[in-house]
Amino acid sequence: MKNLNFDFTVNKKTNTVHVTRDFNADASLVWDVFTKPELLDQWWAPQPWKSETKSMDFTEGGRRLYAMVGPEGEKHWAIADFTSITPKTNFKYLDAFTDADGNLNDEMPRSDWNLDFIDKGETTTVDIQIRHKDLADLEMIIQLGFKEGFSMTMKSLDELLEKLKE
Amino acid sequence: MRRDIFQAIADPTRRAILTLIAAQAMTPNAIAEHFDSTRQAVSKHLKILAECDLLQQEQRGREIYYKLEVDKMKEIDKWLEQFRKIWETRFSQLDDLLDKLKNNRP
Repeated sequence: MKNLNFDFTVNKKTNTVHVTRDFNADASLVWDVFTKPELLDQWWAPQPWKSETKSMDFTEGGRRLYAMVGPEGEKHWAIADFTSITPKTNFKYLDAFTDADGNLNDEMPRSDWNLDFIDKGETTTVDIQIRHKDLADLEMIIQLGFKEGFSMTMKSLDELLEKLKE
Repeated sequence: MRRDIFQAIADPTRRAILTLIAAQAMTPNAIAEHFDSTRQAVSKHLKILAECDLLQQEQRGREIYYKLEVDKMKEIDKWLEQFRKIWETRFSQLDDLLDKLKNNRP
């Protein structure tokens, strides 16, 4: 498979994380894997974590309530409140950490997500901007990546990537 | 002028320069040869990287060589690498899923 463009940058001035990636599929398929819960759950959580969507109403004003399930079975609940949807082109949402019933954890920051889907024929570029309220929030979210074990050791990851490439 | 290190690495040319000089110390001329942009443009990028303490300068005879300030780079890396890895893993998983879905299409 050809090398797919991937770009990841953090802009501390605008408190924004910017992720761009090309996918080897047409825009309508890529749109589906980002917006249909049964498909989202198959890739959203980096292994060995799993994503489990409890409910999802993909409409403007609708909400996705899902858990990131850790290797020990621990669940971290989160929501996405969809604020704007332009089919196959763009959607926006506000995320938050919650309990299993979707009650907001006020101690945790929320961030604004903007996802653009750019139709390139056989491939599709997805451009994701995650904006945080301030720099402290951004740093907190990134540090959480370490603490909550959303990520794994480099070694197991490298092994996983090798396996996925085969 | 002090600059934000994250701004420095937000630019693709500057990231390419860092990758180049991570492998070996290079003169500004040698660096510029790797890019289509003008010498002046490359010097400007080098200046920004120097202001972020990402460059080590070494005088060898008449020439100045630039080398990557590895410790400074590690600072950013530690912070970002795990976060970036999450996205890489996620997207590898998504690549697999997309392949699977394409093969199942009628």
